[in-house]
Amino acid sequence: MATFEPVLTRNWNVPDARSLKVYESRGGYQAARKALTTMDPDAVVGLVKESELRGRGGAGFPCGLKWTFLPKDRTETLMCVNGDESEPATFNNRYLLERDPHMFLEGILISCFATRASTAYVYLRFEYINAYKIMERAIEEARAAGHIGKNIYGSGFDLDVWLHRGAGAYICGEETGLIESLEGKRGWPRIKPPFPAIEGAFRKPTVVNNIETLCCVPHIVERGASWFKSIGTPKSYGPKLYTVSGHVEKQVCVELPLGVSARELIDVHGGGVWKGRKAKAAVPGGISMGILSADELDTPLDFDGPGKVGCLGLGTAAVTVIDDHTPIIDYLHNTARFFSHESCGQCTPCREGTNWLDRTIGRIKRGGGRIEDLDVMHDLAKNMGIMPGTTICGLADGAAWPIKNAVTKFRGELEDYIRSNQVPGAGPTPLQVDVAAGRKVDLVAIGNAIPAPPPPAGALHSPGRPTA
Amino acid sequence: MAAEAPAQQPPRKIAILTEPMKEAIRALFPRYPSKRAVTLPALHMVHEHYRCVPLQAMAEIAEILEIAPADVHDTMSFYGFFPQAPLGDVRVWVCRSISCMLRGGDELLGHACRRLGVERGETTPDGKLTVEFAECLGICDHAPAALADDGRVYGPLDEAGVDAMLDELKRGRKDEAPHV
Ligand SMILES: Cc1cc2nc3c(=O)[nH]c(=O)nc-3n(C[C@H](O)[C@H](O)[C@H](O)COP(=O)(O)O)c2cc1C
Ligand code: SF4
Ligand code: FES
Repeated sequence: MATFEPVLTRNWNVPDARSLKVYESRGGYQAARKALTTMDPDAVVGLVKESELRGRGGAGFPCGLKWTFLPKDRTETLMCVNGDESEPATFNNRYLLERDPHMFLEGILISCFATRASTAYVYLRFEYINAYKIMERAIEEARAAGHIGKNIYGSGFDLDVWLHRGAGAYICGEETGLIESLEGKRGWPRIKPPFPAIEGAFRKPTVVNNIETLCCVPHIVERGASWFKSIGTPKSYGPKLYTVSGHVEKQVCVELPLGVSARELIDVHGGGVWKGRKAKAAVPGGISMGILSADELDTPLDFDGPGKVGCLGLGTAAVTVIDDHTPIIDYLHNTARFFSHESCGQCTPCREGTNWLDRTIGRIKRGGGRIEDLDVMHDLAKNMGIMPGTTICGLADGAAWPIKNAVTKFRGELEDYIRSNQVPGAGPTPLQVDVAAGRKVDLVAIGNAIPAPPPPAGALHSPGRPTA
Repeated sequence: MAAEAPAQQPPRKIAILTEPMKEAIRALFPRYPSKRAVTLPALHMVHEHYRCVPLQAMAEIAEILEIAPADVHDTMSFYGFFPQAPLGDVRVWVCRSISCMLRGGDELLGHACRRLGVERGETTPDGKLTVEFAECLGICDHAPAALADDGRVYGPLDEAGVDAMLDELKRGRKDEAPHV
């Protein structure tokens, strides 16, 4: 492979790169000019489709293909940019917003032109307080310079860009949860279909894309689809921002061709596992994706790699390293706590399942675990999510994957933990065990009997009771 | 002071939203195809001014947006973000998600609470600081990290770092007061 030239990060170390002046002086908005003044919107869609750019928000859906789902006869299109970035250990979107806001705006401009969207809402998580201020300023500058507004570059294309701030809910990163939240409602994901491209925000055809996805678009327009496809691995083309955090010496965000391994990220870019220790495991792309064991660290982190070793996918390409001093139960406890906190509560398997998993893993951690718990957890995990078809959105799949992966890949350690951590009184009560096993419980025998109430006075029919 | 007992009068309602705030809310209408979409921005606006969203404000927002107060309440209460009683001058979130947890985030939250003498989610008696846990704040390159609601980022933290952070935050906010 030819030497890799970073593009998403190319302005990061340039002084004052956030200002429009510096951005323009480095060739900024040239791709937008090219697209708006020399290309047909459909040609831009075609180009992005040809580049096989896949969504960077987690699902990896082909971006150009998604744009073609918009109805041909639509009169209005909306763009929702997903800047909710809340997947634990993910912070690449924040870097893009804070360090190169105009590249992002140029991506929005071209993508809206391609999809004929006249309004773009950037849904930004509230916690990105500095990024919000930076974006506000950048939008003002771009508006003043005519990159946003009416009749941009004399092409007749109009665009408005508005920032819309979230309020601390992970689920508003799910595209239809985001749309509901934007509409001023609670962020409850919608049942699909209809997909947002057909009926999205305010019931209009809507495109939802991640920030990094849109940031790739100007470079594709500038350098062409074949340049894009010369980077990465088959079916996973282009540059990608990887984040590395957790038990590494240096917690960083780096741009690399799709398909590097977790080992390379840890050793080369993260400065190795911290304190000279060894890695026990690594999360491949946000905790929803499951976990790689130490001998799976060479798996290429592209859209297909993690799936081959039982993970859910590439996710957000956010690698979290776990060292060999950390019990895997701590990882499980953390993921279960996260999902039970963030489940929106709409689907019973997710609401109750995540909560039950959290409590059960908490009990195991406190020394009240039973070996059977692992099987029950695994069973439950297999039955919650959009894949088994029991929930509305993918949060439940994300909650299930850490369980499924840990119970299969680290079964030995978990069993050892349970056996060697038995604290009297921490386990389930005999009554709970009996109920769980479906045994008939003799309440009198266990001293838990409540006196039977007197029979009601006047039922007409009462099965089992002699009539007067 | 022996005055006559005043005639019974219904309690007077004090408006929460000032006229300029109402104007600022209405100014957002052209951005969206529906007025209801201004719910979150309006809640944020009230929250910024009062450090809370009292029930009365929800009714007033509903009136401007031409929806039911229950609609505003429904949205407001979904997000664990808008308290009904005022927060401290600064709200600080200590992250407990994976990368921070692995580097001691949970313990640091406990340490912060002990040092302030409050439980998580509570405000110090002097009204200066509210300390809460948060799921990933997107600043994992600083893990274990904390974020103040004026935008200040702290981390990687240790116990001494938390102490210094709390002392600094007690000196007040670093952002501009809300205008409107
Ligand atoms: C529970 C859940 C949370 C999500 N959170 C985010 C998020 O924070 N940011 C994001 O870009 N996509 C997130 N997604 C993926 C979006 O639903 C959607 O696929 C994505 O925004 C599409 O953009 P893309 O095609 O450019 O990746 C989430 C999905 C689920 C199921
Ligand atoms: S799967 Fe969970 S988070 Fe998703 S809609 Fe259902 S309850 Fe909500
Ligand atoms: S895990 Fe703590 S900020 Fe991301």
